[in-house]
Amino acid sequence: MALARIKSIKDLPPEENILTGTTACAGCGGLLGLRLCLKALGRKIVIVNAAGCFTLLVIYPYTPFANSWLYTAMACAPAGAQGIRDALDMLLKKGRLDPAEDLKVVVLTGDGTAYDIGLASSSGAIHRNLDFYYICYDNEAYGNTGFQRSGATPFASSTGTTPPGIASPIGANLSKKDLFAIWNSHQPPYLATVSPSHPVDLFNKFKKAEQFKGPKLFLTLAPCPPGWGIDPCRSVKLAKLAVETGVWALKESVYGAVNHTVIPRRFKPVEEYLKEQGRFAHLFKPERQEETLRKIQERVDEYWKGYQLLL
Amino acid sequence: MLTGNAAAAWGVRLAEVDVIPAFPVTPQTEIIETLAKWIADGNLDCRFVTMDSEHSMITAAGAASATGARAFTATSSQGLLYGFEMLYNVAGWRVPLVMVNVSRGLSAPITLEPDHNDVLAARDSGFLQIHCETCQEVLDSILMAYRVAEDERVLLPALVNMDGFYLSFTREPVEVPAVETVRQFLPRYQPSHAFFKASQPMAQGVVVFGGAEYSYFKYQMHLASLKALTVYNEVYAEFETVFGRSYDTLDRYLLDDAEYVLVMTNSFATLGKAAVKRAREQGLKAGLVRLRLLRPFPEEDIRAALHGKRAVAVIDQNISIGKGGILYAEIASCLVNMTRKPRLLSFIGGLGGKNISPQEFEFIITKLREAADREEVETLQLLYTEEEWNEMASSKRLAGKQGVT
Repeated sequence: MALARIKSIKDLPPEENILTGTTACAGCGGLLGLRLCLKALGRKIVIVNAAGCFTLLVIYPYTPFANSWLYTAMACAPAGAQGIRDALDMLLKKGRLDPAEDLKVVVLTGDGTAYDIGLASSSGAIHRNLDFYYICYDNEAYGNTGFQRSGATPFASSTGTTPPGIASPIGANLSKKDLFAIWNSHQPPYLATVSPSHPVDLFNKFKKAEQFKGPKLFLTLAPCPPGWGIDPCRSVKLAKLAVETGVWALKESVYGAVNHTVIPRRFKPVEEYLKEQGRFAHLFKPERQEETLRKIQERVDEYWKGYQLLL
Repeated sequence: MLTGNAAAAWGVRLAEVDVIPAFPVTPQTEIIETLAKWIADGNLDCRFVTMDSEHSMITAAGAASATGARAFTATSSQGLLYGFEMLYNVAGWRVPLVMVNVSRGLSAPITLEPDHNDVLAARDSGFLQIHCETCQEVLDSILMAYRVAEDERVLLPALVNMDGFYLSFTREPVEVPAVETVRQFLPRYQPSHAFFKASQPMAQGVVVFGGAEYSYFKYQMHLASLKALTVYNEVYAEFETVFGRSYDTLDRYLLDDAEYVLVMTNSFATLGKAAVKRAREQGLKAGLVRLRLLRPFPEEDIRAALHGKRAVAVIDQNISIGKGGILYAEIASCLVNMTRKPRLLSFIGGLGGKNISPQEFEFIITKLREAADREEVETLQLLYTEEEWNEMASSKRLAGKQGVT
């Protein structure tokens, strides 16, 4: 199949598959990511949505989606995708569904589902080689309940359940799970990280994924203004900084072989990314937590050195 | 001769189910193994997938049903509870999934043998419930369950229940109807309501904000379940015409002239019927009502069956800790405003597959006779024999516990 790679943001399809005026917070990075994903996926899809912020996009009697949508529960959206795919396959096989009516099945979850409560059902669906797309909008905490620590929360982030205090000045003292590595250990046909700040990279990854039958998995960084403590107009800027500092590595994997798609020529200091955000404010005031800041930078450096992309 | 599990598998095969998500759990596993073998051998054109949990399994089965396929799954006990959240979701999607539950006591302590705390925990979920006494009834009830669930007036999922071990692993003569005959009774599932396809985008399971909308959809489910009573009566009449076997909402055993009545469910009702027969031989007008359709609850039929009886004993094979028998409370609620209502006694028996001995049935019948002549009715009785008590005392000594309480 010829891959329609694009070179510029101007080449993105003008059609919108999700309407404006949703209930999402102003500046929601996840929603911008989703809008771009849907431009690549088109309208002949069914989204299977786990409990999370995006559950609240569809409020009776309205939906912003041009496509079908099913809410399951928090832990089991990939299982819902299995049921729909199997049913569509059998109805097609038995001649009870016109092939023109077939749908791509797309799981949509936050990081709380992908990293934590839905890890087993995600692993199951990938292991079974289910033919589906998976979009995780990762805002690095349980955002819909007001920002509590999840398996995706980075080291030293302040959240509702990891508040910095005298006894525990760091905030979250656990590191972010490497879900990319966990998923990649299943050797899925296609797996990628994307960012709403890099729409061309995002779009081309979806187009590349089209050629594969089986799991096509996407982790989308989702700057979250209320949770991250940023101005809504800064979401894209923050997503870009995450890439430029090396915190959010843009990469893909085909059957387990990892390739970085955007490698910053000169990595910006991580501090530039951290100091913009309320969730890391305690690292700078009332006094700088030098040791913690150093650890964060070291971990980012170690990651890139591991791939010999930073010497 | 088929086991209850094999009879269930035959019901699914004859219903020509399209999709089966599965997950093993004792004592249900024989059902999914039987189906998996038939599919592997090309005897059933169906997609079978072993899922990663019952929670995922029920989700996948419900989603397949929402997509317009005929779906089936089976579970038991801990598995039903593991997927519990999804029972309410699948019912809320208004899809006609049929699921078999093979009853087994809930842990802790962990056990394998049956009681009905598992399936009765699901009674408020929106699933219809049919409870079976025989292997033939399991097969037949699966066919009937699809007919009722898929009816446009109902569109609710259904649970078909049988007892683990006592029915799941007991071989009985079962008549397996021809698939052509079954097709007359149960035609292919062709939904005209919500299902997913490209030309008809729709959102299912959406958020509602506000009690008025939430209540509306819940009331709709309740009214649909009540409508299932009418549909059930049509379906059972048609089933009798096609197959010659009759399954009313209640199984009435020697009931017409009975003065003393036992109320039971599932396979232990067979023990109850034997006890009724013994009582009849001693000249006592005893009878038995076996509840078959538990959801919707056939209140009118129950009132008619128990009207004018002297005393009724509800034998619950379940226990609501801190309250008592679940079905006692349900029966009491539907008799409370009736004139000429019988004295109503409550017994708990058969938990975790504990036998209900002839002596215990004699005890129950004695209590029924006493209650009929007295003002006061005794409170809940927990059935336990002296022999069981002594064995337990011996076990406790072995476990190092001093003294017996």
